[in-house]
Amino acid sequence: MSDVTEAVEDAKPTADGVMVDVHGVHKSFGPLEVLRGVDLKVRAGEITVILGPSGSGKSTLLRTINHLEKVNRGWISIDGELIGYRRSGGKLYELKEKDVLKQRTHIGFVFQNFNLFPHLTVLDNLIEAPVSALRRPREEAEETARRLLDRVGLADKADAYPRQLSGGQQQRVAIARALALQPKVLLFDEPTSALDPELVGEVLDVIKDLARTGTTMIVVTHEIGFAREVADTVVFMDGGVVVEQGPPAAVLDDPRHERTRAFLSKVL
Amino acid sequence: MALTADPTAAPPGAASPGADRETRPAPDDPAALEVVPVRHYARWAAAVAVIVLVSQFVHGLATNPVWEWGVFRAYFLSETIVQAVWVTLQLTAYATVLGFLLGTVLAFMRLSGSPVLQTVAWSYIWIFRSVPMIVQLVFWFNLSALYEELGVGIPFGPVLWSVDSNSLIGTIGAAVIGLTLHQAAYAAEIVRGGVIAVDHGQSEAAAALGIPRLRQIRRIVLPQAMRAILPTAGNEVIGLLKGTSVVYVMSIGELFYQVQVIYGRNGRVIPLLLVATAWYVVLTTLLSVAQYYVERHFARGADRTPPPTPLRRARRFVRDLREAAARRDQPVVPPKPLGENR
Repeated sequence: MSDVTEAVEDAKPTADGVMVDVHGVHKSFGPLEVLRGVDLKVRAGEITVILGPSGSGKSTLLRTINHLEKVNRGWISIDGELIGYRRSGGKLYELKEKDVLKQRTHIGFVFQNFNLFPHLTVLDNLIEAPVSALRRPREEAEETARRLLDRVGLADKADAYPRQLSGGQQQRVAIARALALQPKVLLFDEPTSALDPELVGEVLDVIKDLARTGTTMIVVTHEIGFAREVADTVVFMDGGVVVEQGPPAAVLDDPRHERTRAFLSKVL
Repeated sequence: MALTADPTAAPPGAASPGADRETRPAPDDPAALEVVPVRHYARWAAAVAVIVLVSQFVHGLATNPVWEWGVFRAYFLSETIVQAVWVTLQLTAYATVLGFLLGTVLAFMRLSGSPVLQTVAWSYIWIFRSVPMIVQLVFWFNLSALYEELGVGIPFGPVLWSVDSNSLIGTIGAAVIGLTLHQAAYAAEIVRGGVIAVDHGQSEAAAALGIPRLRQIRRIVLPQAMRAILPTAGNEVIGLLKGTSVVYVMSIGELFYQVQVIYGRNGRVIPLLLVATAWYVVLTTLLSVAQYYVERHFARGADRTPPPTPLRRARRFVRDLREAAARRDQPVVPPKPLGENR
C-alpha cells in the first residue's frame, strides 16, 4: 500500500486533457504476475487500441481500469478521479463497494461474450442500470434506450430477448447498454472475438461511428485493420508491459521493437 | 401450421391425389410413393398386457368391498377433514415461505466472502440436515422444558423483557418453526446450487454497469438461478406437504392426524387412509401444475421460441388427429416431410 501512496504523491492528474491515466500498475494472480508496471495515458475524445499476444495482460489491464480487478501496485484515475480509492491525508482508503459501483457508472464496459441479461428484453437490458444505479425515471431511461437502439440499428428489436438475436446484434445491444449510462470512457474487451467472421463488420461499424462522435475509447482487439483505420494511438503490450505505443502508422508499419515486429508478422 | 404436412400441397411434379394415379404407371419419383409405416408388434403386445393388468387393478378398486367407498364418500368432504386439509396447507405454506426465505439468506451467507458467515451457515446446514425432522419437532414441542422463558435483553447481561415460551409459541408455532428450520437447511443448498449455476459473467456485467449489489442479486442473479432452483424446489415443497403428516406426533389437527383420530373411533381404517391419500394426491397435483407455470414464467428468454402451453399442445393434438383422419380417407398419402418436429 505504501507504494501506492508514494505514487499518488507525485501524481498530477487532469488539467492536461488526460481522461484515463494508468500509472505504474502491477497485478498478480497468485504467483503469476500479469501486469508488471503499466503506464498509459488516454486523452479525452481519443481512441486507443491495445494489441498484443494472448496472455500479454491486455484484458487484465482493461479490467483494472473499471476496478473489476484490484491492482496490487500503482493507480488509475479517470477524469482526475482515483478509481477504487479515496486519497486523504497521505493515505489511500479503499472505497466501499457502493462507491466503486458509482464510479463504474462513468465507465462503460463491453465484454467479449456480450453478457446481456438473457431473462430481460433488449429494452430492459438497456434501462436496468440507468434506473437502478442512476435513479433516472423510467420514461426518460426508455426514451434514451430507444434512441440508442436506433443508433446501433436495432430499433425494431426493443422487445426481443437477447437469445433471439444474432451474435453481432447482441454485441450491438451490449454497446448500447454501456452507452445508456452516458459514460466518460468506453472500454471494449475483444468485442468481436466471439463473433462469426461475417458479423464482425457490423460491430466494428458501430464502434467506428462512436469514434466519430468523440467518445473516449480503449479497445482491446485483434483487428489490425480496425486499429489502423480508427485508432489515434496504438499500444502494443507483451509480457505485462507496454512495449511500444504511438500513432498507428508508426507502430503498425514501422515498429521499433523486435517483439512488435514478430507479433505483427504473425497476425498480418 | 407451417410445420404440419398439408395433404393438398403435394410437391411439384408429384401425382395429384385421385384419378391421375390410375392412368399413369408407378412414377419413379419416391416422393409420390405410398409410405408404409413400421409395425411395432412387440410394443402392441406389451400395451395389451399392461392394459389388462391395470384394468384388473381398477376393477378391484371398484368392486372389493374392503375399500368401503361409501365411507370414503361420507368423509372426503366432511367438515373435520376439510379443516384438517386447511391446517396441512397452512403448515406447508408457512414452512415453504419462511424456509426458503431463511434458506436464501443462508445460501448467500455461504457464498459471502466472510469466513464467519460461511462457517455459521455451513454449520447450520450440517446440524439441521443431520437431525431427523421428527426428532426436531419433538424437541420444539418440548421447548419450554429447555427454555422456560424467552426474553430480550443485553447479551450475557440482564433480561429486559421476557415471556413464557409455551404461551409465545404454541403447538402450531412449534410445528411451523420445526418444519421451517428443517426446510431452510435444504432450501439453502438448493438456492446456492441455483446461484452457482448462473454464469459468472452475469454478475460481472451487472457490477460493471454499477447496479447496486442487492439489486444485482434480486434482479439479475436470482431470476436466472430460478431455472435451476425450481425443479428441485418443487420436489421439496411436495415433500414438505407430505412431510407435514409427521407433525401428528404433536397432536396437531392436520390431515393425517385427523384421519387417525376418526378411524381410531370407528375402526374404518382403509377408507379413511384412502381419504388422506386422495387429498394428498389432489394437493400434489395442484402443486405440480403450479410448478409448471412458475417454471414457464422464469424460462422467459431462455429459448428462442417458448414452448406451447399444455392447453395449446392439447388443441394441436386434436387438430393433428383430425387431419390424420382426413388424410386416411384420401386415396394417396403424401409422404411427411423429413425432420418434421413439433
